[in-house]
Amino acid sequence: MLKIENIDVYYGAIHALKGISAEVNEGEIVTLIGANGAGKSTILRTISGLLKPKAGQINFEGKSIAGVVAQDIVKLGISQVPEGRRVFANMSVLENLELGAYIRNDKKGIQEDMENVFVKFPRLAERRSQLAGTLSGGEQQMLAMGRALMSRPRLLLLDEPSMGLAPLLVKEIFSIIKEINASGTTVLLVEQNAHMALSIAHRAYVLETGRITLSGDAKELAASEEIRKAYLGG
Amino acid sequence: MDFSITQQFLQQLINGISLGSIYALIALGYTMVYGIIKLINFAHGDIYMVGAYVAFFATTTLKLSFFPALIVSMVVAAIVGMTIERLAYRPLRKAPRIAILITAIGVSLLLEYGGMLLVTPQPRTFPALFESQVYTFGNIVVNSQQVIILAISVVLMVILTFVVQRTKIGKAMRAVSFDTDAARLMGIDVDRVISMTFAIGSALAAAAGMLVGVYYNSIDPLMGIMPGLKAFVAAVLGGIGVIPGAMLGGIIMGVIEAMVSGFISSTFRDAAAFAILIIILLFKPSGLLGKNVREKV
Ligand SMILES: Nc1ncnc2c1ncn2[C@@H]1O[C@H](COP(=O)(O)OP(=O)(O)OP(=O)(O)O)[C@@H](O)[C@H]1O
Ligand SMILES: [Mg+2]
Repeated sequence: MLKIENIDVYYGAIHALKGISAEVNEGEIVTLIGANGAGKSTILRTISGLLKPKAGQINFEGKSIAGVVAQDIVKLGISQVPEGRRVFANMSVLENLELGAYIRNDKKGIQEDMENVFVKFPRLAERRSQLAGTLSGGEQQMLAMGRALMSRPRLLLLDEPSMGLAPLLVKEIFSIIKEINASGTTVLLVEQNAHMALSIAHRAYVLETGRITLSGDAKELAASEEIRKAYLGG
Repeated sequence: MDFSITQQFLQQLINGISLGSIYALIALGYTMVYGIIKLINFAHGDIYMVGAYVAFFATTTLKLSFFPALIVSMVVAAIVGMTIERLAYRPLRKAPRIAILITAIGVSLLLEYGGMLLVTPQPRTFPALFESQVYTFGNIVVNSQQVIILAISVVLMVILTFVVQRTKIGKAMRAVSFDTDAARLMGIDVDRVISMTFAIGSALAAAAGMLVGVYYNSIDPLMGIMPGLKAFVAAVLGGIGVIPGAMLGGIIMGVIEAMVSGFISSTFRDAAAFAILIIILLFKPSGLLGKNVREKV
């Protein structure tokens, strides 16, 4: 479904991604783990079209998308929940969800999907007129996820959904990610919480300072000595 | 004695509100553009002048009546505003802020002196589009121009508020102004939204320009400088980037000015108005309705 080949991405003179290749197949949950500053968010930002690779190819469903601008990437069926959630704090929950459906014009379908989001995240339903900025961190994460789903993506990119959340809430969020995947959305999940991420993912990539150092089956990686030492605390 | 001071006060309040709604219309453009690309668009006051001239030629050469001329003036100014953004500001979007600011000053001078070349520096007499009626209530005088200025300003501000709060483009504008990258991730075409913002702001300034023409009967190529400056200060006073702030700031600016001219002297009008603004800003640096929203992380 998504195929990244040898991409190089720079921030000015900083060489953030050095020849990254990775693949996500339809129906999978693939996770990308790595330490702070490894380049995980940079990969997602590049897929979403916020950054342009200097070299390399990105293909989505057979089409080359490297260099396609962000607003068009969404239309192709890729939606991102960015790091730090980035909800529109000055707008209501409802308005945030409406913006998630910005590229769509089917009023009825949007309405239905909004109800589905409220079923998935009942806490948002109670707060639909509340300003997003006044939601708790966990609720904001749910809103950011709901907002991303409103464009009906076939590939969902999630950037550290567990960031700053209490363990119980992390569990809840991860079970929702599994649910989203089960209902047919392919997921590329960036995480610091390697333990949780490996437990729900089918496959995983390990990123270190702009290079992929390990990849493979998530269960196998979770069991490997290297990963346990570096990312799972022994 | 007391009675006449009250009357004088009410009279100046009425004058101030109608003048202030002109400032408010101009201030809206400053604040909307600032809210979206953090640019103080110094050329904005000159768009107001362009609007006044388009209205002048629409009513004289084309012999249009008030409302058609108002529409023509707003549409032409919107196109001019979008063109300026496209040609002068967009190529500099990623350049240091100071570069685009200097460009805005350049565009402003271009419009002022290009305008002089095009329409001569001589002030023009704006045609009287209405039979000027004067309504008196006791000793308070309200003329029909003031009523029209106020009515049109209110209608435009209501429409603007509706557009910004309720429509898709309005929501996109708020999203872009809050977080541009997040807005892109929603599929919003940021360039288009910025373009629309310039169009709307310029159209409002053009309406103000025409209303001033109707009110003072005289327009000239440099007419945008002072009102532009005052409207900018009004936008800052209300809280730059905040739409209701621009409306409030404009009205306050107009009222202060009218009060100072009425009770003290019109010579001190501008000085006093700016002094009071400085004082308000000392106590509320982010402006009356400006807020420092912090995002939760
Ligand atoms: N806007 C930017 N300008 C310059 N350098 C940047 C920018 N954003 C990221 N970088 C650099 O690129 C590298 C990769 O950053 P990235 O945000 O992708 O890391 P990450 O793996 O997502 O880290 P974290 O887990 O902390 O979110 C880092 O060295 C970072 O300093
Ligand atoms: Mg990151």
